[in-house]
Amino acid sequence: MTVVFERTTGLTEVETHYCPGCTHGIIHRLVAEVLVELDILDDTIGVCPVGCSVLAYKYFNCDMQQAAHGRAPAVATGAKRVHPDKFVFTYQGDGDLASIGTAEIVHAAHRGEKISTIFVNNAIYGMTGGQMAPTTLIGQKATTAPYGRDEETMGMPLRMSEMLATIDGAKFVERVSVDTPANIRKAKRAIKKCFQVQLEGKGFGIVEVLSTCPTNWGLTPVESLKWLKENMIPYYPLGNFKSPEEVE
Amino acid sequence: MAQKGRTTFKEDICKGCGLCVSVCPVKIIALEEIEINRKGYHPAGIKEMEKCIACQNCALICPDLVITVEKL
Repeated sequence: MTVVFERTTGLTEVETHYCPGCTHGIIHRLVAEVLVELDILDDTIGVCPVGCSVLAYKYFNCDMQQAAHGRAPAVATGAKRVHPDKFVFTYQGDGDLASIGTAEIVHAAHRGEKISTIFVNNAIYGMTGGQMAPTTLIGQKATTAPYGRDEETMGMPLRMSEMLATIDGAKFVERVSVDTPANIRKAKRAIKKCFQVQLEGKGFGIVEVLSTCPTNWGLTPVESLKWLKENMIPYYPLGNFKSPEEVE
Repeated sequence: MAQKGRTTFKEDICKGCGLCVSVCPVKIIALEEIEINRKGYHPAGIKEMEKCIACQNCALICPDLVITVEKL
C-alpha cells in the first residue's frame, strides 16, 4: 500500500478562512506542492496581497510578507534585490493585480524583475463584497453593476496575461484553470515552469489561474466550476503566451 | 473486482462544498445527510470503499486538503 496523495508540507496545519468550494485552497496547495518538489521551501519569500488571500501568510509554510493593496510586486522587487539568492513570489487576486496594482505589476514585468507571480482571476472582488473588477465579464452582475457589466460605460474585461506577454521583461506568461482535475494537473505544471524561470535567473514570470467565487457569484461550488468553464474560458483562453524558448 | 484504493477524509475540516462528489468517476462519494461536523457542515465521505480506483480526482479538487489517497 502506498500513499499517492497526502497533505503537502508546504502548507501549515492552519485551516483556511475561505468559503466552501473557493478554489484559492486548490491554488495554495499547488504552489506549496511545487515549492516542496523544487526543494526551495526554506529559501522562499512569499508576498501576499490585499483581498481574500490577505491571510495567505498563515497558510504557506515559508517566509511571508503582506503588502499594501496592489503593491506585492513592489515589495517582492525589494525582497529579491536584497536577497537575490532567495526565491520570491507574489500571490495576488484580480482586484489587487488588475486594478489598484496595475502599475506595480506592469513595471515589475517591464523591469524584468526576477520574481514569480500567481495571479488568481475570479472576475470579481471577493473580500470586499462582490464589486465589479476590471476582469468582470460583460453581463455579469456585481454589487456595483447590478444590471450586469455594460461595455459602453464600463469597458471590456481586461486580459492581463495577453497584455503582460507583450512586455519584453516578462519571460513566462501562461493562463490556466482549476475547474477540472485535468486542468489542475496542468496548472501545477505551469506553476512549476514559471518558478523554474526565476530559479534559472531568466526574469519575470506570471501564471494567471482562473478561479471561482461561489459566494459572490451566487452559485453553488459545483455550479461555479461550470460557470467558469462556460463563461470565463471562452473570454480568457487557456494556454502559454510566452516561455523562455520563445523569447530566445 | 479487487479494491484498488483507499481514500480517507478528515471530516472535521471538510466544508461540505461537494466538489469531490462532482468529480468522482465511480460516484462513491456523498455528503452526510444528517451528521454535521464541528464546523457545522455536512462532511463528505466514501460510501462504497471497495469501488475506489485511487484516481485522486477528489483529492486534487479538494480546496481544504481533507483527503488522503492510498493505492493498494
